[in-house]
Amino acid sequence: MSAALNAPLNAPGAEAPASEAELAGAVRDAFAARESLAVQGLGGRAASLRPVRAARPLSTRALTGITLYRPQELVLSARAGTTLPEIEAALAGHRQMIAAEPPDLAALFGVATPPTLGGLVAAGLSGPRRIGVGGALRDQVLGVRAVTGDGEVIRSGGRVHKNVTGLDLCKLLSGSHGTLAVLSEITLKLVPRPEASLTLALPVADVAAGVAALSAGLGSPYGVSGAALLPAGGEGFSGPTALLRLEDFFQFLGRRGDALRGVLAPWGEAARLEGADSLWCAVAEARPLAAAPEEAVWRLSLRPGRAAAAVAALRAAFPAKLLLDWGGGLVWVAGPASIAVHGAVMAAARAAGGTFTLFRAPDSLRMAVPVLPPEPAPLAAIGARVKAALDPAGLLNPGRMG
Amino acid sequence: MIELPRPDPAVLARRAPILAALAAIVPDSPRGAGVIGDPVRLRAYETDGLSAYRQPPLAVVLPETTAQVAALLRYCHREGIRIIPRGAGTSLSGGALPLEDGIVIGLMRMNRILEVDYADRLAVVQAGVTNLAITQAVAGEGFFYAPDPSSQLACMIGGNVMMNSGGAHCLKYGVTANNLLGVTFVTIEGEVLQLGGGHLDAAGYDWLGLVTGSEGQLGIVTEVTVRILRAAEGARAMLAAYPSNEVAGQVVDAIIASGIIPVALEFMDRPAIHACEAFAQAGYPLDAEALLIIEVEGNAEEQDILLDKLKDICGRFAPISLRVAETAEQSLAIWKGRKGAFGAVGRISPDYLCMDGTIPTGELPRVLRRMQEMSDAYGLKVANIFHAGDGNLHPLIMFDANDPESFRKAEAFGADILKLCVEVGGCLTGEHGVGVEKRDLMPVQFTAEELARQRAIKSAFDPQWLLNPAKVFPLAGNPVLERVA
Repeated sequence: MSAALNAPLNAPGAEAPASEAELAGAVRDAFAARESLAVQGLGGRAASLRPVRAARPLSTRALTGITLYRPQELVLSARAGTTLPEIEAALAGHRQMIAAEPPDLAALFGVATPPTLGGLVAAGLSGPRRIGVGGALRDQVLGVRAVTGDGEVIRSGGRVHKNVTGLDLCKLLSGSHGTLAVLSEITLKLVPRPEASLTLALPVADVAAGVAALSAGLGSPYGVSGAALLPAGGEGFSGPTALLRLEDFFQFLGRRGDALRGVLAPWGEAARLEGADSLWCAVAEARPLAAAPEEAVWRLSLRPGRAAAAVAALRAAFPAKLLLDWGGGLVWVAGPASIAVHGAVMAAARAAGGTFTLFRAPDSLRMAVPVLPPEPAPLAAIGARVKAALDPAGLLNPGRMG
Repeated sequence: MIELPRPDPAVLARRAPILAALAAIVPDSPRGAGVIGDPVRLRAYETDGLSAYRQPPLAVVLPETTAQVAALLRYCHREGIRIIPRGAGTSLSGGALPLEDGIVIGLMRMNRILEVDYADRLAVVQAGVTNLAITQAVAGEGFFYAPDPSSQLACMIGGNVMMNSGGAHCLKYGVTANNLLGVTFVTIEGEVLQLGGGHLDAAGYDWLGLVTGSEGQLGIVTEVTVRILRAAEGARAMLAAYPSNEVAGQVVDAIIASGIIPVALEFMDRPAIHACEAFAQAGYPLDAEALLIIEVEGNAEEQDILLDKLKDICGRFAPISLRVAETAEQSLAIWKGRKGAFGAVGRISPDYLCMDGTIPTGELPRVLRRMQEMSDAYGLKVANIFHAGDGNLHPLIMFDANDPESFRKAEAFGADILKLCVEVGGCLTGEHGVGVEKRDLMPVQFTAEELARQRAIKSAFDPQWLLNPAKVFPLAGNPVLERVA
């Protein structure tokens, strides 16, 4: 087995099956030969988590196309290689959207390729609307079709909104980074695109005050659908700034905006920003983080109430660049790509009772450290058996998740 | 009667020492006996919300701590004893139906609320806390726990997690899986694991998502961290009645297409309208074939705006009746009939099976037509209550439990309805779970390969198949149960 590190997708021999049957055939062949596969879409996030050491790449980029769209049922199915812009264009025609607001992180990863649906679901990536109930991308995955590591096509879920039939492999495969099965087609639940949006910008003294203000907004009855904390200098704001977004019918936003400003008054006077879509796009793409190309990027998921302490610990350890989303529950961190700094991030996540992901880093760091928090031994043992149930020879994205 | 695996004679023969061992793990406490072995008292646990099926267990044990649950599982794992986890026993799919050689682990004494954090918008509760008790605990601050199954007064959050329960307001607020942050999960080996926590996205595999809705197949949940939400400023309902199911179905499509997501969108067919009206005198129009109850949220002015838009949409389809509540009392009156639906059908027919398939909403008229044909062919009446926004059907099949032939027909009718749901692109169960009731229909929805992978995942958690066996997966093809038989 020749081990290639991040084998380029356009390398000679890079496979990109154009149908699910061909995909299954390619995986079956690999299984018969016990050849490992680096499973990718367009390869935009190859620099995330652990570099995959596999015999050859297998791409879903040629599995494209929307296969079902029923606007009146709020349901869309598309093949895994369909790009996010293509799906969003189809939805725009019916004023609908994917509630998770899945981000295009091409700029963060320094690539020119758009995300594919399969890649987004495999990575479990959600944007600012994650903070709403059912706002995670995995919450919107109604059904999947996938090829197991021994080349069998399986389905889970379906195309209806409520379904508790059998074990929920949609959830298991969402965020499994192609290590359990290769997603071939995904069915998503949709929501209507709100008629209008209004963003309030509140200058705050520090992270603690910012998170407290975001919590107050999220605990109000006005329907906050985005709650981020920009660092000083982010997107043109001079100091740290809390952003809160309201989305609904245009007629509702005037009163709600006033009421929300009232809720935020203890922290200061919030300014109204109209047409802040590009601002939220920047938040989704982590642009205010301003991570330099050579820096590493982490994502910490924690209770918002513990964000301030975690940030203090990070800043004490290294010159951390920060961006908070999800009301303070998501902390984007950029900093020097060193083992020592990574250790500080792991410690801060652990102390906050949260988790971390080494989201982007040079190969050398990603090879040297745990890219995700290690699981306790009994859970790791279950995980190994679950992996064997779906990928019996351990051929799919070996090492990707650590 | 559904087929259950043959009891393990070796376990039955060891009943006395097993009871003694259980009592050593869960001693009697001020709250009562830790272990129930008396045949008369065991009768209270012989069935759940699907009362057509009954089987007393070997024993019932009522732990009060996670440590006791872990010790019980360790013991049962070592001794090869089957386990049936139980919350309030409100499952409508027989999820808590005991086995003759099985121990019921009842979580009702684990009913403490451990933490409420309004700033982080979460509550940590033990598995035996009732669904409604969570909302009651946080309502004073204007918060609530969103999923609201009909049984919310009795059903427990641990059971809700295991069945991924829904409710009437899922259209806006999602199901249990969408409202969870973490669970304390005990494996069959007695290991206590924290899956998720107080944060939104766990790193690594989504174990919390896999465990949710796993019907007790993978382990036992003893504590749950739920998201709590700030309640809307107010809510108001309207009613629209139509002369045909087709037209009412078109109205549902038009509402969804308008960009309004009502907080509830309920559909009742003619038999359901008549049953509910006779029971509750809610003022439902008896000449209608289909009735929609639509509820919106917001402050008074926003409610007016939304209800005006909805009135316009509903009005375009020539309704027989269109009634918008002006006050909270009038809203309650509109809901009165729907909320009493199960009791209302119970008055017409003392016995009924409540089915739970989901269909693509566009298939509603066709499905209702086919269901009426089946009803005629079986000679059994059926009333339909339907969460129209999300396609979740609840046909109530009326039968006579004293007549075995009538029960057999009702079961067959129910199976035909669920097969129809799958045929039109839906699924066997939207929110009640597979349990024992729909176990043998699983091959209708899944291929042998798909079932094999699901079984392999169960085996990864529970290699000996001791956790709630004989549920979810057909007995045939289950190597462990076949070996015992």
